[in-house]
Amino acid sequence: MLIVMSLIMPIVQLVVLGYAFGGTVKHLKVGVVDQDRGVPAVRLRALAGAVAVNARTFELIEYHDVGVAVQALRDGRLNGVLTIPPGFSRRVLAKDEPHVALIEDNTDGFVSGTLAGTVASLVGSYNLPAASAQRVLTTTSLDVVEVYPYVPYIQYLLPGSIVMSIFMMVMIGGGIIFIDDKARGLHEGYLVTPISRLELILGFTISGAIKAVLAGLVLMTIGMLIAGVPNPFEPLRMLRLLCVILVTAMALVSMMFLLMVRMNDPLLPRAMFGVLNTLLYFPSGAVYPQQAFPQWMRAIAICDPFTYAVHALKSLVLKNTGFGAIGFDLLYLIIFTAVSMTAATLLFKRTL
Amino acid sequence: MNAIDVRAITKRFGTFTAVNQISFAVERGEVFGLLGPNGAGKSTLIRMLTTLVLPTEGTAFVDGADIVRDPNAVRRAIGVIPQAMTSDLELSAEENLLIFAKLYGVPRDKRKRLIADLLAAVELTQWADKPVKQLSGGMRRRVEIARGLVHEPRIFFLDEPTTGLDPVSRTAVWEMLRKIKSERDLTILLTTHYMDEADKLCDRIAIVDHGELKALDSPMRLKATVPGQNTLDASFSGAPYDWRARLERLPGVEHVSEDGPVFRLTSNSGPATTMALMAAASEAGVTVDSLGVQSTSLDDVFVHYTGHQLRDALQEPSAADRHIMLRR
Repeated sequence: MLIVMSLIMPIVQLVVLGYAFGGTVKHLKVGVVDQDRGVPAVRLRALAGAVAVNARTFELIEYHDVGVAVQALRDGRLNGVLTIPPGFSRRVLAKDEPHVALIEDNTDGFVSGTLAGTVASLVGSYNLPAASAQRVLTTTSLDVVEVYPYVPYIQYLLPGSIVMSIFMMVMIGGGIIFIDDKARGLHEGYLVTPISRLELILGFTISGAIKAVLAGLVLMTIGMLIAGVPNPFEPLRMLRLLCVILVTAMALVSMMFLLMVRMNDPLLPRAMFGVLNTLLYFPSGAVYPQQAFPQWMRAIAICDPFTYAVHALKSLVLKNTGFGAIGFDLLYLIIFTAVSMTAATLLFKRTL
Repeated sequence: MNAIDVRAITKRFGTFTAVNQISFAVERGEVFGLLGPNGAGKSTLIRMLTTLVLPTEGTAFVDGADIVRDPNAVRRAIGVIPQAMTSDLELSAEENLLIFAKLYGVPRDKRKRLIADLLAAVELTQWADKPVKQLSGGMRRRVEIARGLVHEPRIFFLDEPTTGLDPVSRTAVWEMLRKIKSERDLTILLTTHYMDEADKLCDRIAIVDHGELKALDSPMRLKATVPGQNTLDASFSGAPYDWRARLERLPGVEHVSEDGPVFRLTSNSGPATTMALMAAASEAGVTVDSLGVQSTSLDDVFVHYTGHQLRDALQEPSAADRHIMLRR
């Protein structure tokens, strides 16, 4: 049993880490705004469409208005916007330095690097003479516009670390203490009193959640200073961060409680610690974009509460967005909490 | 109404029967002891009576409430000291009591006075603000005894209250319990595998072995039911070959056993047998090297009812020991 437990962690880590890093980024969402609609513009869009169908680096979404597309980019629904300005065709035909622009969300270096590279080579092939072309060549140039200040990798990692600090406290201050107290017989003391099942469960979860929120807030403050996040203590952002940390702590505590509710062996939570950590942290997109993961790992990521917590914290820390960009994350975490808590409550035994 | 009324209660874990059809009643104001080795079913029994474990069959009434149908009424009426030391090490003695007073819903104005009274009763007033981890095992036990009484229960359950304590602390715990009992209207049910504890503390004792009730009476009466009220241990030099047969014919002797050079005589009249033994020895020219006379102890009672020594049974480890090992 011990051997099995000590082998699971390295194997899980090998597989998860092996696929978590260095995969090819695919399926990015790129908005296309064609303000020109001339034949050369259509040819450029056709080339982009070919990339979307064959290499699948990105998927194209048509927009008519640049403002709408950029807002979608800021809300995190798009990774980049390719704009073909009015007069593009005229400039191509007049050989008057035609331009297209790629506006990109540069908060994920891997994503923006891949996107800029792909679009640059796309424009490069657009510039190649077609076999039958008789006209003199003109070169279209690509302008890349980054919508956020430069994000160093340490800032990119910070949201994951905040979630990790919450998880660590949930595990140590919640799960391990819960099982140890149970094994020491401390729970017998509570179970012989007339307090109800619900009161007991709320007591266990809220005590864990308070500790986890404190851990998250401390790491957030220290981490923002270490990583040099611009304007770290903006009150409105702090308030939104507190909300995300609170909801994340509740989600992780209730997940932990569900896992521990029928467990008695003090060794198990310790053995689970590393495996859970690997399975939740790396697929969450905290260290590498999820767009580069294989299908099975994206399936884990979809269920993983870390994914939503990391996404919400990245939106707030790196892009300073409002609640609009993180609403779905909060909703998922709240539903996750409700489902786990209900299941844990049903499984909780009022007797030994 | 009896304080506790146990009716044909049975607990099976899979195919293993931990408690088998046990029935007894504990009267109000009584100190009742469950005596037996580890694994005898004492803890399972007390856990059923304190609503921690559901019985497989049968039921019990504690303070008039059914442990199966109305566990919350039982919980309100009882105080429980589990076998493992369950006070919170990080908190002070007073805080430990306060938390439990709150869990039991003791009104705010009553709490302070009750806690002060109880800490005084267990002689821990000057340790009230010290974290429990700084207290000795015996003192922790006393914190727990006080904690178990913080809501003024009518019935008090103690599962092996002195297991793991040194002899001095054990005596201190006994004194506390006697004093607390004399000051309030309390029924006590305790389990123990210590003969002296059962003998000194309990009004009545139930001997439990292999999940069954073997005997139930006051310590005095239990001793009286064992044949031979005295035991004589004697060793001789120059004993003739038929010495054992001669000893068996002495007045009052019921049984003679031999363990090397030592003869053990059980007798229903210690003084008469002793006199006759000395006379027979001098007549036969046998020297008495040593002679000890003892009254029947609960150990003898235990052997009589279960067919084995309590200390032999104690060698078998039980699930309950794991708590103790973890704690250290």
